[in-house]
Amino acid sequence: MRKQILAIALLALSVTWYGCSSDGAKQRSEETPTDPVEATNQQEVHGDMITEVKLTTPLDQAMVKQGQEIYDVKCGSCHKLDETRIVGPGWKGITQRREPAWIMNMITNVDMMLANDAEAQKLLEQCLVRMPNQNITEPEARSVLEFMRQNDGVK
Amino acid sequence: MKSPILAMAAVAALGLNLVGCKPKDAGSAVSGDAAEKVYVAPGKHDEFYNIVSGGFNGQMSVYGIPSGRLLKIVPVFSVFPENGWGYSEESKPMLNTSHGEVPWDDLHHIALSTTNGEHDGRWAFGNANNTPRVARVSLSSFRTEEILELPNSAGNHSSPFITENTEYVIAGTRFSVPTDNNADVPISTFKQNFKGYISFINVDKNTGRMGIAFQLKTPGVSFDLARAGKGKSHGWFFFSTYNTEQANTLLEVNASQKDKDFILAVNWKKAEEYLKQGKGRKEPAKYAHNLYDEKTHTATSTIMNEVITLDPKECPGIVYFIPCPKSPHGCDVDPTGEYIVGSGKLAAVIPVFSFDKLQKAIADKTFDGDFDGIPVVKYEAALYGEVQKPGLGPLHTEFDGQGNAITSFFVSSELVKWNIKDLKVLDRVPTYYSVGHLSIPGGPTKKPHGKYVIAYNKITKDRYLPTGPELAQSAQLYDISGDKMKLLLDFPTVGEPHYAEAIPAALIAKNSTKIYKIEENGHKYAAKGEKEAKVVREGNKVHVYITSIRSHFTPDNIEGVKLGDEVYFHVTNLEQDWDVPHGFAVKGGDNAEILIMPGETQTLRWKPNRVGVVPIYCTDFCSALHQEMQGYVRVSPAGSNVQLTWGTGKNPVAEAEKKVAKK
Repeated sequence: MRKQILAIALLALSVTWYGCSSDGAKQRSEETPTDPVEATNQQEVHGDMITEVKLTTPLDQAMVKQGQEIYDVKCGSCHKLDETRIVGPGWKGITQRREPAWIMNMITNVDMMLANDAEAQKLLEQCLVRMPNQNITEPEARSVLEFMRQNDGVK
Repeated sequence: MKSPILAMAAVAALGLNLVGCKPKDAGSAVSGDAAEKVYVAPGKHDEFYNIVSGGFNGQMSVYGIPSGRLLKIVPVFSVFPENGWGYSEESKPMLNTSHGEVPWDDLHHIALSTTNGEHDGRWAFGNANNTPRVARVSLSSFRTEEILELPNSAGNHSSPFITENTEYVIAGTRFSVPTDNNADVPISTFKQNFKGYISFINVDKNTGRMGIAFQLKTPGVSFDLARAGKGKSHGWFFFSTYNTEQANTLLEVNASQKDKDFILAVNWKKAEEYLKQGKGRKEPAKYAHNLYDEKTHTATSTIMNEVITLDPKECPGIVYFIPCPKSPHGCDVDPTGEYIVGSGKLAAVIPVFSFDKLQKAIADKTFDGDFDGIPVVKYEAALYGEVQKPGLGPLHTEFDGQGNAITSFFVSSELVKWNIKDLKVLDRVPTYYSVGHLSIPGGPTKKPHGKYVIAYNKITKDRYLPTGPELAQSAQLYDISGDKMKLLLDFPTVGEPHYAEAIPAALIAKNSTKIYKIEENGHKYAAKGEKEAKVVREGNKVHVYITSIRSHFTPDNIEGVKLGDEVYFHVTNLEQDWDVPHGFAVKGGDNAEILIMPGETQTLRWKPNRVGVVPIYCTDFCSALHQEMQGYVRVSPAGSNVQLTWGTGKNPVAEAEKKVAKK
């Protein structure tokens, strides 16, 4: 009951206030075209979810080369090419353990994976460091995958 | 039970309501919906960026409006412990001047770049008031990209102000001085030897790169503030002056003798014509030009040796004086470009000049003699009218885009809204306390956004919880969308804000830099990937190419550093994710610490002064294993035989021994 009364009083208060302070006021705010929604739309850029990846043999050597270059700059700090876990798991055998699309999504869309994918979440529990978004495009990620396949002995 | 509560509430409402309508005790004069108007819910963004000068801290700060939240401090003319600006080897050249490194200056005014007289959201310019310089800050990276020193200048106060398309940034000297290359003269020869230089700095429209196009050598007066013409008056510039008495001592008295000082009107388009005709004179001058390269993440400083000057006495028709009562401070041009508002800080009226009348007076030669060879236009011939009894100590005027002006009054501590056409005072609100500058979003442009005015007060006193003798500065936000200005919010600011500009967030937010691409890192000592991490000795200099990623350094064990060595930690942050900087610190760091943005390389120089094993670690919490992001550097005596070895995830000394054993 008290709350109700207070609410009524406050309502009365705000109504009178409004009346007293903005009689004849031009609502200039309505004229300004600033769109705060647009201004706040600051989503990070991620790749779209990848559902299917076509693998071919023999390996595309140009992609393998590019994949290795990306690995050296952006991946190698945390992932070794053998089974050793440094910050993230070693890459040996990864193409046998994971679906190609899973690998691609993990590279290009790691936030989505950590939010939704049970396997990715398990890895986070083990490693305790969120895999960083290393700003890798989908074609680049495909090259990294090709390099992983080579690392796993695919010819 | 019911009715007493209701009655009490009603009485309370009535009482508050009266106060709300007629703010006698202005300290509580906040309208009922103020909280709602400034509340930006968690996770939501502000509508405007407010780019605010830091005054004596030499920095710019960025606030969100309407919340008044501090979002960022951008170091410009002062070293900054937060991110190593002025301490890292890369940023040190930015603070170089012809006097050597100046670690701290005084930044007073902001000018946001415009295209066609409207904000374009590209750059913010700021002035160094003490050792005259102009800086350009990127509104994508919020980093100072360029600093240009100004010769023949002292007290760079009338600066920086920009033309409609950012063709020029101008900088007028507050102190008249003898020319730099003939400066050893008696101070008492002010009238013969001292000149007031105005620098016209051109700005490349694509890169923003600055250079001094020319300096105008005007009579020895003090330039205070300025504004470019716009619309019909585009091509002209207007400067307020004081000390037209040309006093060189006790200016408090001696520079306040005359009833009127001047507004200087400069036809810069005509000055450009004279330059084309070769009327400019190359004069020796020494000044630094500093540039920060976003690709090499490194600044360079170049000392320039020459400047072009233009003497108005040899170039008739480019400058005119307009008398203006008394010691004018602000000199502001309305959005149409027709009205020039002079605010005589010791005057009882606000004079408003008409650009059309000024043009006619010049054409008809309606002059009142000359001042040091420069024609003085008759006051009445250029005057549109005066705002009568506006308040005490008018300082600055901004425009709401609805035909009104709002002027700040320092002495009577208030904002006063008046109509530009009929010069009638419409409204006044108190400020707490003693307002200096004021800012309306887009206020100095052709199309103000209006909505708010922000007062930057000089005195804080009791507005916040006391924090000893030194207090935060007080800014105040007012709603100007109605007929009456309404106080919404007090918010504390850092440094001492002078001028500030506010700009819609939509013009800036979308362009904000998130990371630096590691592939594009052109730093000389970058390690792009751990494969490139290494330690290289060059005489007594040891270059450590070290990488950081969540959460380790490579290398994190280094041996073979000796006393007498100078160690350079070139830290490359391999992260490519937004908001993952790493920090770097070394025990006994005689220089500083640094902060490295994703994809960037920054260098910390360290000169060890004792033998021992010295820890290094990351100072920016980066992950759950941040605390583990640490390592060691072994420092041995000079002349020791310890080999230079390094690594991460292995024992470098043991491995070196293994190699020796194999051999």
